[in-house]
Amino acid sequence: MSLFAEVPQAAPVAVFKLTADFREDKHPSKVNLGVGAYRTDECQPWVLPVVRKVEQLIANDHGLNHEYLPILGLPEFRASASKIALGEDSPAIKENRVGGVQSLGGTGALRIGAEFLRRWYNGKNNTATPIYVSAPTWENHNAVFSDAGFTDVRPYRYWDAEKRGLALAGFLEDLENAPEYSVFLLHACAHNPTGTDPTPDEWKQIAEIMERKKLFAFFDSAYQGFASGDLQKDAWAVRYFVSKGFELFCAQSFSKNFGLYNERVGNLTVVAKDSDNASRILSQMEKIVRTIWSNPPSQGARIVATTLTTPELFAEWKDNVKTMADRVLLMRSQLKAKLQALGTPGTWEHITQQIGMFSFTGLNPNQVGYLIKEKHVYLMASGRINMCGLTTKNLDYVAESIHETVTKIQ
Amino acid sequence: MAALSSFADTPTAQPSEEDRLSLAFLKDRSTEKALLWCTEYLNEEGHGSLLPMTRKVMLQIYSDPTLTLDYLPTLGLPEFTRSATELALGRDSPAIRENRAGGVQTLGGTGAIRLGAELLQRWYNVGGARCGPVYLSSPSGGSVAATLQGAGISDIRSYRYWDPDKKGFSVAPLLEDLEVAPEQSVIVLYASAHCPTGAEPSQSDWKQIAEVMMRRRLFPFFLLPSQGLCWGDPAQDAWSLRYFVSLGFELLCAQSFSTNFGLYSDRVGSLLLVLKHSSLLLAVQSQAASVVHTLWSRPPGGGARLVTMVLNNPALLAEWKEGLRVMVERGMLIREKLKERLRMLGIPEFWDHVTQQRGLYCCTGLTEEQVQFLVMTCHVYLPASGCVNVTAISGRTLDHVAESIYLAVTSDLQEYRH
Repeated sequence: MSLFAEVPQAAPVAVFKLTADFREDKHPSKVNLGVGAYRTDECQPWVLPVVRKVEQLIANDHGLNHEYLPILGLPEFRASASKIALGEDSPAIKENRVGGVQSLGGTGALRIGAEFLRRWYNGKNNTATPIYVSAPTWENHNAVFSDAGFTDVRPYRYWDAEKRGLALAGFLEDLENAPEYSVFLLHACAHNPTGTDPTPDEWKQIAEIMERKKLFAFFDSAYQGFASGDLQKDAWAVRYFVSKGFELFCAQSFSKNFGLYNERVGNLTVVAKDSDNASRILSQMEKIVRTIWSNPPSQGARIVATTLTTPELFAEWKDNVKTMADRVLLMRSQLKAKLQALGTPGTWEHITQQIGMFSFTGLNPNQVGYLIKEKHVYLMASGRINMCGLTTKNLDYVAESIHETVTKIQ
Repeated sequence: MAALSSFADTPTAQPSEEDRLSLAFLKDRSTEKALLWCTEYLNEEGHGSLLPMTRKVMLQIYSDPTLTLDYLPTLGLPEFTRSATELALGRDSPAIRENRAGGVQTLGGTGAIRLGAELLQRWYNVGGARCGPVYLSSPSGGSVAATLQGAGISDIRSYRYWDPDKKGFSVAPLLEDLEVAPEQSVIVLYASAHCPTGAEPSQSDWKQIAEVMMRRRLFPFFLLPSQGLCWGDPAQDAWSLRYFVSLGFELLCAQSFSTNFGLYSDRVGSLLLVLKHSSLLLAVQSQAASVVHTLWSRPPGGGARLVTMVLNNPALLAEWKEGLRVMVERGMLIREKLKERLRMLGIPEFWDHVTQQRGLYCCTGLTEEQVQFLVMTCHVYLPASGCVNVTAISGRTLDHVAESIYLAVTSDLQEYRH
């Protein structure tokens, strides 16, 4: 008799199941708009040219070894990663109150931050502190915080389905009504899954309430540079909060903007009140890291650090990032144009207004079901599509399929 | 902006014993200083040993134009976990043939222990009481307890392992402790190369351990931190693990490829699951995926690719195994030399235990006072347990280390007694 006899099969993660179903589909025109990574116009993965270059440099550098990194990670990586988020001239960096924890992608950074907050924030070990995540949000946010021990993970209003934009009034109201010291998980840019970001003016309103109500800002920054093509622009919200004197965490991922998905490169940037706070916080985070992955993998961090700190490579990287961002922008404008040309019912402005990898199409579950089953166009039940799945070759088919779906299914 | 930090009350974390030793060693200006604790296999220059083939294989991997950097599956590279499982259990293991053994790629050994702990905490014996006590050997390797605690396991106890009189492993006290452990307790066991003592149960000891554990329904959680670096032969290093599997045990095994592949910073590990039926394996793997999803989401690719390539290429495999033999021989040689130096200095007792122990670590049997003496007076740094990493003793430091130990054992250490 097995002691694991009662272990149930875990529910599959929706986006993985979608990809698995897509793989099994034999239809010649099938399109995967649920793909989680950048694809070229040939629908191929793309290793950034600058990454290939740096990989070779590293592989040929006999001065490098494979010894354990420090628990908090490669120092050059941590510093340059935080710098890219906060800006070269960030006052917080100058005042020596910024720290970084090299993490396993954005997920790892979120988890370290969450584990730390559960132990040391708002009265020690306060697992009942409300954690607010946007409605909707990335499907893993909830689980990361609850697995870290938080018992009250709640939504804040974010997406207005009717007007297909930010539910600002609801968002601000939820901020006003949140218990003091609640934690708010904010998407730094290119909100996943809606692609809808607050404007600078709206961020200012958000920050004002958060300051007044003593709410903790935990940013998730997975798309810096990838969203608008401009690193600074994509970091505006985080830098604004820092300029207002907030203590905050920012979970950074370099999976998308460096295409380093499988090297698991992330950084938890900690902005503290002063350097003493920063050291104490980092010392406790080190203890947490020790019991999860002990010390982080070096390869991806070396690639990022080398690139960010070498001017020619940095320039080449920005160029590569712009290539990806531009292709996404092109697909957005072409999809919208085709839908409008077909006279597809509804408005499609949101496709070019939204930003980043994803678009919240506004298609309802029935329409999504039809698109998948009848047209073999795969997308999330929420109506989210990944623009990277679109190419100049499949654009017509996708536009026609959406047109057919919307006209047939209400 | 409010003046007070939200973290004003967060204390500075206490540095670990390992960290304190390293810091003290770094500050020490003496030319004779020696740091005898490390978790890497160090070469003569005092650096984590890089296997000769690593550079060329890594170059091959990263020069491959078809290499993409797409996410690995949550459970890791299937070829890697299959190879890791075969390395641990042997390719012809019935558990593999019956599809009831499989691996989950993890972040080194620590990641495997953490994942195993999370699974036990959440799912072990769901119908009955949640995971009861977990037993670790006394003494036990650095962060195992903390990693278990990180997963929410609070009832951590110890079983007797190191016998200070015998200066080695004694099976009788261990068996006594197992007899009184609550049924279904989890017992953490080093399959070989015990950390931190280097002391090993014999095959006949293992048989007795297995008998008690089977009878009392105790669950084995094996650690296999450096397969191949104990006896120089991966199969022999896994003998205890394979023996338990042959008896029909369900078990977990945390495998690390840090030391036996010199891939410390690549974080290559695997959590081996051996269950009664293949359907159970699938269910537990799916739950492992849920746990991984919020810990690190997916494992890193490079190191796992290298290990897979080596384990599946006959020429590279032979080269790797030869490399292991060389590393083990060097470790044994250092042990021999230390014992010989101590004998020549006229040390009062026999120091046979140094050469009887195997793997990276050696429990010297020095008392806490003697260790204090070494640290405070001789510039020789080692933890209070008296355990050392033999590869941390180089040709350059051997004489000083031996002389210091001799002094520690023969001096009157009144002032070091608490």
